[in-house]
Amino acid sequence: MKPPVFAYHDPRSVEEAVGLLGRLENTRLLAGGQSLMPMLNMRFVFPDHVIDLNRIETLAGIVQDAETIRIGAMTRQRDIADSALVRDRLPLLTEALAHVGHRQTRNRGTIGGSLCHLDPAAELVAAAANLDATIEIAGPDGVRTLSMAAFPRGFMTPAIEPDEMVTAVRMPLPQRGHGFSFMEFARRHGDFAIVSVAVLLVLAPDRRIARASITLGGVGAVPLRMVEAEALLVGHEPGAALFERAAETCRAIDALEDAQVPGWYRRQLAGVLMARALATARARAEGVST
Amino acid sequence: MSKAVADAPPRLAPGKGRVLGQPVARLEDGPLVRGRGLFAADVNFPRQLAMRVVRSQIAHGRLVSLDTAEARALPGVVAVWTAAEVSDIPPIPFRATKVRGLEPYCQPILARERVRYVGEPIAVVFAEDAYIAEDAADLVVAEIDELPVVLDAAAEPAEFLPGNSTEPTIVRKEYGDVDAAFRAAHAVIELDLSVGRHSGVPMETRGAIARYVAAHDVLELHGTAKKQHWNRDEIARLLGRPPTGVHLFEGHVGGGFGVRGELYPEDLLVCLAAMRLDRPVKWIEDRREHLVATNHSRQQRHLIRGAVDADGRLLAIDDVFFHDQGAYVRTHGARVADLAAGMLPGPYRLPAYRVAGHFRLTNKTPAATYRAPGRFETTFVRERLMDAIAVRLDLDPIELRRRNLVTEAEMPHVRPVDTLGVDVVLDSGDYIGLMDQALAQFGWDAVQRDLTARRAAGDCVGAGLAFFVEKSGLGPSDGVRISIDATGGVELVSGAASVGQGMETALAQICAEALGVDYRRIRVVRGRTDRIEFGNGAHASRVTVMSGSATYHAALAVRGMALDTAAQLLQARPEDLAIEDGQVVRAAAPGVPLIALAEVARQMGPNSPLMRGRTPGLTAERWFYSEHMTYPYGVHLALVRIDRATGEVRVEKYLVANDVGRAVNPMMVEGQMVGGFAQGLGGALFEEFRYDERGQPLSTTFADYLIPTLSEMPAVDVLIAEDAPSPLNPLGVKGAGEGGTNAVGAAIAAAVDDALRRPGAIVSLPILPRTVRRHTEEPT
Repeated sequence: MKPPVFAYHDPRSVEEAVGLLGRLENTRLLAGGQSLMPMLNMRFVFPDHVIDLNRIETLAGIVQDAETIRIGAMTRQRDIADSALVRDRLPLLTEALAHVGHRQTRNRGTIGGSLCHLDPAAELVAAAANLDATIEIAGPDGVRTLSMAAFPRGFMTPAIEPDEMVTAVRMPLPQRGHGFSFMEFARRHGDFAIVSVAVLLVLAPDRRIARASITLGGVGAVPLRMVEAEALLVGHEPGAALFERAAETCRAIDALEDAQVPGWYRRQLAGVLMARALATARARAEGVST
Repeated sequence: MSKAVADAPPRLAPGKGRVLGQPVARLEDGPLVRGRGLFAADVNFPRQLAMRVVRSQIAHGRLVSLDTAEARALPGVVAVWTAAEVSDIPPIPFRATKVRGLEPYCQPILARERVRYVGEPIAVVFAEDAYIAEDAADLVVAEIDELPVVLDAAAEPAEFLPGNSTEPTIVRKEYGDVDAAFRAAHAVIELDLSVGRHSGVPMETRGAIARYVAAHDVLELHGTAKKQHWNRDEIARLLGRPPTGVHLFEGHVGGGFGVRGELYPEDLLVCLAAMRLDRPVKWIEDRREHLVATNHSRQQRHLIRGAVDADGRLLAIDDVFFHDQGAYVRTHGARVADLAAGMLPGPYRLPAYRVAGHFRLTNKTPAATYRAPGRFETTFVRERLMDAIAVRLDLDPIELRRRNLVTEAEMPHVRPVDTLGVDVVLDSGDYIGLMDQALAQFGWDAVQRDLTARRAAGDCVGAGLAFFVEKSGLGPSDGVRISIDATGGVELVSGAASVGQGMETALAQICAEALGVDYRRIRVVRGRTDRIEFGNGAHASRVTVMSGSATYHAALAVRGMALDTAAQLLQARPEDLAIEDGQVVRAAAPGVPLIALAEVARQMGPNSPLMRGRTPGLTAERWFYSEHMTYPYGVHLALVRIDRATGEVRVEKYLVANDVGRAVNPMMVEGQMVGGFAQGLGGALFEEFRYDERGQPLSTTFADYLIPTLSEMPAVDVLIAEDAPSPLNPLGVKGAGEGGTNAVGAAIAAAVDDALRRPGAIVSLPILPRTVRRHTEEPT
């Protein structure tokens, strides 16, 4: 449980960090360290260079403009969870954060670190996918953006180049009064989810569903937007039967199998959680306290 | 029964004393809460080397070659050893046992021709620091020819070595006419039950720091726990040194639970290296190592049959079980299988009993004791059987137990089996009385009404209970020396050890009560072979019984000596005097100090005229002997709620009721119960060491080996009873360390069955959500 030898760098600006990324081979960026440090200590990774982002002050912060909230990559999960602004406009994110590790790990863990680590069961990954987030990526040629849908290239692999780094995530503001729910099933509180589900529902004035976003975490290599279920819901009045039909789409999921959890169980859990989360989101959209 | 000793102390009257029986604050906590503890990793010596163990990544194979050249060449590496370098060191032995033929199965300190589990030490690196040592360990190249693995202890035995099968022994016990009982039975109930592999996983991993002090020709081992004197003797023997030239020291221990403080390969390796390399050597186990290297426990499969008459009275039990020992026989020998076989009948009147425990080796981490060893397993098995009998005969499970529990009038109850080499004699108990108290405290009847209402509303909820008998106070002996110095300070030197359980406080309370001093003025020395010649350590819930009784005896002896001397000085009769708060007083006028114990101790110094021609010192050493264990007992009651759709089980309410004879410190006893429950909860619902089909361990981090956290813990209610003091020791105490763990699996299984409304649904532990989900009907 001692890390292998690596060179340590602590740049003070994004430009400096990107410069290091361009110049050095086999690098790893250190954000909150809640995944990288154990991986180093267990020698799952052998970087030649670790670039510590903790001294780049401009990378942290939460700001709102007309249509989005922008969260700096190095913003601590705890600060996002405690943000009144986020709670007001992106309550799904606040709710998801309650499931991310424990308070102690949230004090260190960052949103950018979690998104880049891209664990299939990570709550922030599922929440960002469900909120149609956009990722800001700095590289040698400046900043580009990528939709969350395009961000995962594969299992635990974000679509960023070796000389690039994530600097922020931008979330469009859903309509006020929307319904939301984040639920997960894990063996213990704070564990990575076996299955998580993020739901966002917007009801039209006629009470029909105007917008539905549903994302499953933990079931596949990358977060799974349930577009079929979403399409099933839009234009209809919400109700238990409708939600059950939406949940049935989970039966077709090609769910992960691992030593602890067989695929059939993940599929069942996904359906159960989706129906429950839809019901909670609906109640919230209708102003019923849950 | 306890041997009569010439000046054996009188039995202490029941009831709470001035300090004995009071929930006083622990003496141990000052340094612990201030961050000034001394755990293994806190021990450092100048010039120390770091040791890193290279472990097999293959579960079973022929060790063809080990290339250490690259590792040796790394700057900062001092030595790299394989089996060739330690071929003169015998395998690690086991403690005395009646079981024969285990020797070929003992573990060498480094694997010789074969590797037998993932995690087995195959080489060891010594380097200037832990980083270099780990770098070098990664450079050792092992060539291993894989062999077929044995992973199921219930499968046919295979070959361990030519001439030795993977079944070294079958633990057999029998009394009564079992076959006749089954022939005559009204009903025979058969079950196939399994308990998963899990173990004590203390917060502090193992550690060992050895140094050779040439000036004194003494080899020191630090970071030790539990069993210092036996370990000292064995280390001395294996290294060819006299025991007086080896000393073991104990700092703080971050949890024992059975697994810490046994003699492991790493302990011998650091000692050997400290001698050969002539530098201190430090090894601290990391968590990934811990989960594959430190003793596992619990894994058993039982095929049990019970014969009952028409009233549900047990006529006989016939049990065949398969004990998964893992890859080697370690220091406990076949003890867990023996305990399982000996303790399975538990609290019930059982006219005939036959058990065959197949003790079998597999290609997994070696197994040994874990809190309530053999009892967590067999309480699950026996109580599942009792529940199944109740269902078969359509009896209330409580009524069934009531009919079978050994009654107070039948105590002491001789059961014609032995365990750990001593006959099982249930020494005292009012089992039915405790069950009634527990049912009342839990509110069993109200709970049942509430369950009915909740079920009607759609909840999946249920309650269950399980009775258990523990064992404690394993003899044969323990000694304590108490001395009072010239400042009035009291030192209590014990051969017991502290695994964090509060033994210093408990012994100080007993000493303070008997001697008449403030318990906070008592310094308890433990876990040190250089301060007392013998000791049996801290395990098997023995310390309060054995060392506690010796303490009581020694404290009374010191008191007698002090009063004799004081009487001489005061020209009074000793029987008219007493000691209060460190002062000698007249018994008739207790408020008036006559002479301080400090002054008495001074007067008893080596240069005092009073001592001329006598052995000086206000000090006494006393020993307590016991030929029989004492048997605490209790009942666990659980209320669970199941999420039908996910299969998740939540424990909503739980009661541990445990008669411990006398609670020396009720606060500490309660802590033992609640902490013990948490570990039982792990075994019941969460913790399991899993392996794939090639014997690769799948539970190697805390993300895979699920220890319950505060979020999973229900509020636990504790009922500490003192209705049945043990007749076997002067204090009447019984051990309190394991009752909180013992029946958790059994009680939760019963509650889950009840919630599912499917008797007998639960046949294995841990109870996984997906298993429960299979039993719930709600479609998805």
